[in-house]
Amino acid sequence: MRNSLKLAFFFILFSSLFFSKVQAAGEQNDLLEVDWSFKSFFGKFDRASLQRGYQVYTEVCASCHSLKHLSYRNLAEKGGPEFTELEAKAIASNFEVTDGPNSDGEMFERPAKLSDKFVMPYANVQEAIAANGGAYPPDMSVLVKARSGGANYIYSVLMGYDEPPAGMELDDGVYYNKYMYGNKIKMASPLDDDIVEYSDGTKATVDQMAKDVTTFLQWTAEPHLEARHKLGFRVIIYLSVLTILVYFSMKKIWSRIETKV
Amino acid sequence: MSDPEKKKPNRRDFIVTATTAAGAVGVGAVVWPLVDQMNPDASVKALASTEVDISAIEPGQSITVLWRGKPVFIKRRTQDEIDSARAVDLSELKHPEKDEDRAKNPEWLVMLGVCTHLGCVPLNDKGDYGAWFCPCHGSHYDTSGRIRKGPAPTNMEVPKYEFVNSNTIKIG
Amino acid sequence: MSDHEYTPKSKVGKWFNDRLPLLTLANHLTDYPTPKNLNYWWTFGGILTFCLITQIITGIVLGMHYVAHADLAFQSVEHIMRDVNYGWLIRYVHANGASMFFLAVYIHIFRSLYYGSYKSPREVIWIIGMLIYFLMMATAFMGYVLPWGQMSFWGATVITNLFSAIPLVGESITNWLWGGYSVDNPTLTRFFSLHYLFPFLILGLVVLHIWALHVPGNNNPIGIDIKKPSKDTVPFHPYIVIKDAFALLIFLLIFAFFVFFSPNILGHADNYIEANPLVTPAHIVPEWYLLPFYAILRSVPDKLLGVIAMFAAIFVLVILPWLDTSKVRSTVFRPIYKQFYWFLVADVLILGYVGAMPAEGIYLLIARVATAYYFAHFLLILPFLGFKEKTTPLPLSITEPILGGSPDMAMARDNSNYKEKL
Repeated sequence: MRNSLKLAFFFILFSSLFFSKVQAAGEQNDLLEVDWSFKSFFGKFDRASLQRGYQVYTEVCASCHSLKHLSYRNLAEKGGPEFTELEAKAIASNFEVTDGPNSDGEMFERPAKLSDKFVMPYANVQEAIAANGGAYPPDMSVLVKARSGGANYIYSVLMGYDEPPAGMELDDGVYYNKYMYGNKIKMASPLDDDIVEYSDGTKATVDQMAKDVTTFLQWTAEPHLEARHKLGFRVIIYLSVLTILVYFSMKKIWSRIETKV
Repeated sequence: MSDPEKKKPNRRDFIVTATTAAGAVGVGAVVWPLVDQMNPDASVKALASTEVDISAIEPGQSITVLWRGKPVFIKRRTQDEIDSARAVDLSELKHPEKDEDRAKNPEWLVMLGVCTHLGCVPLNDKGDYGAWFCPCHGSHYDTSGRIRKGPAPTNMEVPKYEFVNSNTIKIG
Repeated sequence: MSDHEYTPKSKVGKWFNDRLPLLTLANHLTDYPTPKNLNYWWTFGGILTFCLITQIITGIVLGMHYVAHADLAFQSVEHIMRDVNYGWLIRYVHANGASMFFLAVYIHIFRSLYYGSYKSPREVIWIIGMLIYFLMMATAFMGYVLPWGQMSFWGATVITNLFSAIPLVGESITNWLWGGYSVDNPTLTRFFSLHYLFPFLILGLVVLHIWALHVPGNNNPIGIDIKKPSKDTVPFHPYIVIKDAFALLIFLLIFAFFVFFSPNILGHADNYIEANPLVTPAHIVPEWYLLPFYAILRSVPDKLLGVIAMFAAIFVLVILPWLDTSKVRSTVFRPIYKQFYWFLVADVLILGYVGAMPAEGIYLLIARVATAYYFAHFLLILPFLGFKEKTTPLPLSITEPILGGSPDMAMARDNSNYKEKL
């Protein structure tokens, strides 16, 4: 009994250590909480939301934010937006990539293929900074994992544009955001109602678009999330069964020398 | 340990045996990801096909392109070369294959430029048959890329390819 | 090594064993007499062996895909996560495996502290263990640099700058460590090389650690010397093997939970931002398992003294067998030390906590008090307590702790507790 109390003591203190960092980051306004479909143990992506999210990314974010770790083929892969291969090919062919050198030693432009990486809006970081008033629009490939708060944080920032509180001075090109670190953001509110037109008839409210694009970015950051959840469930089941088997084997083996184990 | 229970091994050992078996299954399952990670990954598989512009190749010329990390010979054959390839009696061949089957469009021969002996790259316009000759161990290939003399066991392999249009070949 | 002569039954076995006594070794390991009252805190040796092997195997696999170059490292990690078959699984096992490894090693160390496993005749086991622990920290630190994220880069910068505190040669040493004038590509490639090497050094030390253990044999919760083999011991196989397996599976369940359902909770979000030498993250923290030492480092206002304090915090552990003057091993029979033991546990956890907090205000004050107490525990309390403390009587054997002459009922209750836990 006393030992299990000690065990609990250890566990609580260790876990408080683990999560202390999370607390440290939580000095901002409390983030908006969304009941994401991918959150739970069996969590999966909402396929339609991913596809809409891709549309929002392409039409709204992609002019400044790159997704440099993704390839067009990813759009057709299992566990993602799952566009058909033809759709993904059509999407890719809308973009021009530089290839080469050809046999004359010259670089040339050609339509993108499935194997190509997403085309970046700027040639390099310096160009991106110069074009955006000194602020680098971060690459979005793993953005969700690169912010404590994850998907809720991205969603909150998208929803967090507001009038600055009285007395707060904002420079030109700086905007107030309730959830952004430091409350100042150099990106103007990117979403407005009906800024995109969803082909599936979903109403493109700011909230809907923020959710869709956040879902999409969660997938870009963690493309194997569904496979991970599925395998994880099987592993936990297997380990539990084996643990029980080993427990009874242990009882059996120790019963050879002691009645009480 | 020499307790009476030892005399009835069936009852005693069943749970232990079942546990060992279940554990072995788990170990087996763990091995698979460790093996599979060495298979071609998604980005490699996506590059499994390549398109080649052939508009600049003159008759008698050949180019070498890289496909799946290996050289592919694309040769625009002259009429003489086509004739000599098609005139060969199949019974003379170590690995009998008709030229018609190797080059669907007789003007264009597309094949992996890898000697079937030990994987060297044969030289063009060399050897006893005026076509390809492997410098490593002396295999001679004819104008259809078929093995005629030397240690190589089979003809040079023709990959899957298609003409996207008259100027472009898609290999793979 | 072996306590009894072993001869293989088969002729081939005997022929081989006469030339290379591997079968004698295997027999020694299976028959190795182990105290039968070992509780579950003793299963962490096996768990740690598992952790080391897992880290080595997954690490070798990751090394097949990882590119140690400042321009490509981050991208190659993303390549592993996205494209390599099961790459995400292998990387998450490796990353979380490091944390689980440290969790297990801390429990293992604190078990030693509680039951006095570092005392005579086991000092060498303990010192080898401390070497392993030190190499583990170095390995984990260098491994954390490899993804080349913001925390990798700035963690490497901060930790390597520790050496600049050394008078006169500090700058030369840091430049030598970096292979340049800041953390950059040469630093990354050498860290990769050493991160690959160190686990094998650890493996070698683990062999010595176990060898040194098998000379006197295991300590046990009562901490008394036992005759072996005797009715106080059981053969390692199958009794201890199956018990270790059970504990390992419980450990694996927790491990699997992290890997599959919360793979990034133990890491830091900033490490998913590519390294940028121009921007320091707002709040640099090392991985959780290094936090207590980080807190000690920051609690000293002088740069050089801070570094010395941090290394001294590890060094006091190395000389612990001579700092603890008590002849009684197990805390079970040391009522006063038992209090101080739990104070120390709490102290280290507090140090870990403030290590994660900004070094200012109340946190800095707490860190200073906790650091002072940490050293006081080892340098003042332990040496004195050994002379002053009145320990409770020891039993004569594990099987008959009460018949052994202890009139102390509280102690008897303690013992039955341990048996029950088994």
